[in-house]
Amino acid sequence: MCGFVGYFGDVAEAGRLLPTMVSAIAHRGPDGQGIHVGQGFGLGHARLSVVDLEGGHQPMSYSPADLTIAFNGEIFNYVELREQLRARGRRFRTTSDTEVILQLYDEMGEDCISELNGDFAFALWDGRRRRMILARDRMGVRPLFYTVHRGTLYFSSEVKALLQVPGLSAEIDPFALDQIFTLWSPIAPRTAFQGVFELEPASLMTVSETGRKVRSYWSLQYPDHGAAHAPVSERQAAEEVRALLTDATRIRMRADVPVGCYLSGGLDSSITSALAAGMAPQGLETFSVTFDSAEHDESAFQNEMAAALATRHHVVACRDGDIAGVFPDVIRFTERPIIRTAPAPLYKLSALVRQNGMKVVLTGEGADEVFAGYDIFKEARVRRFCARQPMSDRRPHLFRRLYPYLPGLQKQSAEYLAAFFGTQADSLDDPLFSHRPRLRSTAAAKLFFSDDLRAEITGYDAAEDLISRLPDDYSRWNPLHQAQYLESRFLLPGYILSSQGDRMAMAHGIEGRFPFLDHRLVELAATLPPGMTLKGLVEKHILREATKDLLPASIGARTKQPYRAPDSQSFTGAGDCDYVGSLMNADAIAKGGLFNPKSVLKLHDKCKRNAASGFRDNAAFVGILSTQLWLEKFAGTSVQVTRAA
Amino acid sequence: MSDEISSRVKAFIVENFLFGDTSYELAETASLIDNDIIDSTGVLELVAFIEDDFAVTMADADIVPANLDSVERIVSFIKQKTRQSESA
Repeated sequence: MCGFVGYFGDVAEAGRLLPTMVSAIAHRGPDGQGIHVGQGFGLGHARLSVVDLEGGHQPMSYSPADLTIAFNGEIFNYVELREQLRARGRRFRTTSDTEVILQLYDEMGEDCISELNGDFAFALWDGRRRRMILARDRMGVRPLFYTVHRGTLYFSSEVKALLQVPGLSAEIDPFALDQIFTLWSPIAPRTAFQGVFELEPASLMTVSETGRKVRSYWSLQYPDHGAAHAPVSERQAAEEVRALLTDATRIRMRADVPVGCYLSGGLDSSITSALAAGMAPQGLETFSVTFDSAEHDESAFQNEMAAALATRHHVVACRDGDIAGVFPDVIRFTERPIIRTAPAPLYKLSALVRQNGMKVVLTGEGADEVFAGYDIFKEARVRRFCARQPMSDRRPHLFRRLYPYLPGLQKQSAEYLAAFFGTQADSLDDPLFSHRPRLRSTAAAKLFFSDDLRAEITGYDAAEDLISRLPDDYSRWNPLHQAQYLESRFLLPGYILSSQGDRMAMAHGIEGRFPFLDHRLVELAATLPPGMTLKGLVEKHILREATKDLLPASIGARTKQPYRAPDSQSFTGAGDCDYVGSLMNADAIAKGGLFNPKSVLKLHDKCKRNAASGFRDNAAFVGILSTQLWLEKFAGTSVQVTRAA
Repeated sequence: MSDEISSRVKAFIVENFLFGDTSYELAETASLIDNDIIDSTGVLELVAFIEDDFAVTMADADIVPANLDSVERIVSFIKQKTRQSESA
């Protein structure tokens, strides 16, 4: 785990530029830095040493083949790959996974990427063919950004390193902003920065003097709807899931430093913690965040699970005002506006891990995408169920069961429930059927866009843009698989793994590992009949079956409680920090130019009265505040206007 | 009386759900849900507004789109409720 930077082309004073770029992402790799300047290319690296602490320095070269690599992440099956390479007569100088990539590339060329099981992004210089290979893991765990400036391609693990390139400046991409205010994140390769792009997950870019080519080397596939599934019994499926999940955890415990676990108290992190505890003879360290508000707090379940596993459990409290206190730093690391505050407690959690001298944690991320855990999957199923009998006044009551934690919904009539969830208005053939209510709620925040911003994006529709990127066979998949694809292919890498995952962990030099996102497990789960994952309205059924001996009954039977944090209320009372007023007043909003000052003022007043209790008001407030912070931190123009002025 | 109720209801909607955005032309018959003006918590805010500003008590059965999903329906509902309380 680390961060890297580099370029392909001609750069004056590369010996000065590369260290500056590396310094901008030093938080990703506090254990060492290195640069390599070659003819027409350069690489820089900030290292978090986890595997082969002595020998794994980077950039690393393999001189017999004139290869040099800068690599961020882990190849979890590097032990097996190295043994295979050794069996073919190859010798290794180090015990690192980095050298395995180099030697595997020497044998197989860019096809070697299919052999890698891991979370990775890398830049590999192939001197014999004078080309640079940029690659990213299948699910999009590790980031990789690039831009072209004056004919040279620059790349980095975070955008802030690219902004060190002389002459490059940050401007918000209005279409990315529209995507964030619709889909929660930009659609890759677009980023919040105009002219800066992200290499998409499971993609490989080849750059040479003849140009750039990007190709996808893996894709998430589901069987056709109605096609016969392999005749596998539930018991067989559960055994296969258990075996693969165990192996995925086993290879993710590989490190030359201790590996701990995040423990939210939910099903997924409890499973990873339980499996990891059985593989940690020295005992396991677990880490949790707690909240003052009962609505968000899960400490009772965290404590129960930690006690059941006898872990050394560490807790950080997220109290009133804490989210506002760290939010400017959170945006510095997300490098994009966000519409939820949920990354902020995770920022505090990774700091706790670092304070305890740890560098690596397993988390339960990915289980909800892979095994259909999110409420949105159940919601879509209920919406389809209601649409079959539009006049039913009973069926819409099921929505209440889905959202026991949303008091506003509990009080609604069946007629209103049906109307809010579009059970009659939304077309069942709409490719985004499952996500329409969420898209509508989020996009309502675009009400605050300024006239200038609206003019810039006139005619653009983020949802239609998303539809245009769906694969040809998407329409043939089961509706549940379609919904899972939307979550796994877009929101997971675009928001969950980046804004909540990599960025919050790496802000404190912590590497997150995700057993549920092992591609073997992802591929297996995609072949299972939808009724095995979402059984009726019970989410992650097959996963529960596969792991029921691991968990206390109270945790194994828990209904999914989505991870949430207080939103606009984080910025009132103890959280009403000076910067909030300085960024959200009419003058500051006018300076930023992206939102309507009068409307934002009314929204802020509503939040201060604690009257903004719904999703849309909260999403709008957090989205606008984070955009103002983004402008302040990256666009190089101060938008703050002191309240007293 | 209808015009006055309508003005107050419209003003509330513009202020509370459209945050003063007067560029939006709020037709009397426009659906508040279909036009993404109101969500589930918005309905609760609307109910509180009607109860507080028009001294109307709303039963659970009253809180349905047929009574509240457009300015026209809200005005009609308030008038009906007001008449009921006057004749009681």
